[in-house]
Amino acid sequence: MYRPANGQEIVSGLNLEVRRGETLVLLGRSGSGKTTTLKLINDLVSPSSGQVLVEGRATTEWDPIRLRRGIGYVIQDAGLFPHFTVERNIGLVPAIEKWPAERTRQRVLELLQLVGLDPGLRSRFPRELSGGQRQRVGVARALAADPPILLMDEPFGALDPLTRADLQREFLALQKRIHKTVVFVTHDLREAMLLGTRIALMEAGKLVTALATEEFVRSHDPLVKRYLEAFGAPTGNGCEVQHERAAVRDSESQ
Amino acid sequence: MNVLQFVIQNHNEVLELTLEHLWMVVISTLLAVVIGIPLGILITRRPGWNKPVLGTANIIQVIPSLALFGFLLPLPWIGASSERLAVLALTLYALLPLIRNTYAGIKGVDPAVVEAGRGMGMTDRQLLLQVELPLALGVIIAGVRVATVISVGLATIAAFIGAGGLGEYIMRGVAMVNNQVILAGAIPAAGLALLADVSLGWLERRLSPA
Repeated sequence: MYRPANGQEIVSGLNLEVRRGETLVLLGRSGSGKTTTLKLINDLVSPSSGQVLVEGRATTEWDPIRLRRGIGYVIQDAGLFPHFTVERNIGLVPAIEKWPAERTRQRVLELLQLVGLDPGLRSRFPRELSGGQRQRVGVARALAADPPILLMDEPFGALDPLTRADLQREFLALQKRIHKTVVFVTHDLREAMLLGTRIALMEAGKLVTALATEEFVRSHDPLVKRYLEAFGAPTGNGCEVQHERAAVRDSESQ
Repeated sequence: MNVLQFVIQNHNEVLELTLEHLWMVVISTLLAVVIGIPLGILITRRPGWNKPVLGTANIIQVIPSLALFGFLLPLPWIGASSERLAVLALTLYALLPLIRNTYAGIKGVDPAVVEAGRGMGMTDRQLLLQVELPLALGVIIAGVRVATVISVGLATIAAFIGAGGLGEYIMRGVAMVNNQVILAGAIPAAGLALLADVSLGWLERRLSPA
């Protein structure tokens, strides 16, 4: 995928491919263009030049409505409709796709189970749920029509650390079962390393590097290193330092 | 003779004028709803139309009511009937609260919710009908409430151009220097305004998403 210059050059010169079934994490600080990149995929933002290919077809050639219904979208705080019950929120895409009511109902029950929510919650309104429950509903809603692609924009960002850890763990387990192509936006390196099969680091609207998670921690890119240091993760550099110290001690003892 | 005696003695006329009054208010408010809400929606879709539409409604709002009746008098068909004239004037006055509240109500919907809907593939129409309007409904009803209360008050002035309503009594009482007759018009008019305010206020709370 190639997605250069958008409007005021929010994202430029971006050349990135998302592979089927992988979880690609877009990592970067606020304003680095990761959310814009995500919105380029479901055409909430259109590229001013270049193109974004989804299933081999440029997003500009897709009917935006069809494109978006084939892509699950999860945002921070879930973005649930406050005037819809849990059931109607989850069944939203099936409803606008005009599924028969019974099939939608079955699907909602299936999804509630999939995301670990009590089916008794389906007649509740979002305000009657906890943050973690709302976010689970948000994930269920995105998965309703079984889209092959899932876009997640800091979905766990507003949760307390314990609930976040629960949802991260559940997401991993879920992804093992459903194998969606996921693009996941976060500024949290730990979350990126935990959930991502690949990490794309963005800075000031540009892609710094995109590496498999194992390679990412060994990267010598200065910005990657700064990230690793900021999160207190063992960096490639840190390891070398330890080796050197060990070497020094060895030489001293000799 | 006190007001109550006057009203009891003339209850048929009081009822007739009250119904006339109510009729003017209801018809003009309905017309204003039918015109104002779509205009309010339109200016959320076409930002360039926002200023001219709200500006025009604003100008109408600040024209003194008797002057507005005067402006409308020379119009063909409308000017020929004092009822039509009164209804048109009341409709014009009711437009601003409706347009403004519809616009503000829709603009006040959490943008994250609207974007989530759009991101899931809802069409503009589906977003409007299933998300934006239901979530803006409380604010829109508040606009209807303000418009109705304004109309009840303004409709008393319609009597000055011969359109009837409870203003008849007020005008007659002023001419006769008779407070009872004035109050026989003023009290039911105030009652209607309060009733409209309370009932639409209740509806507003019922329909506001929490």
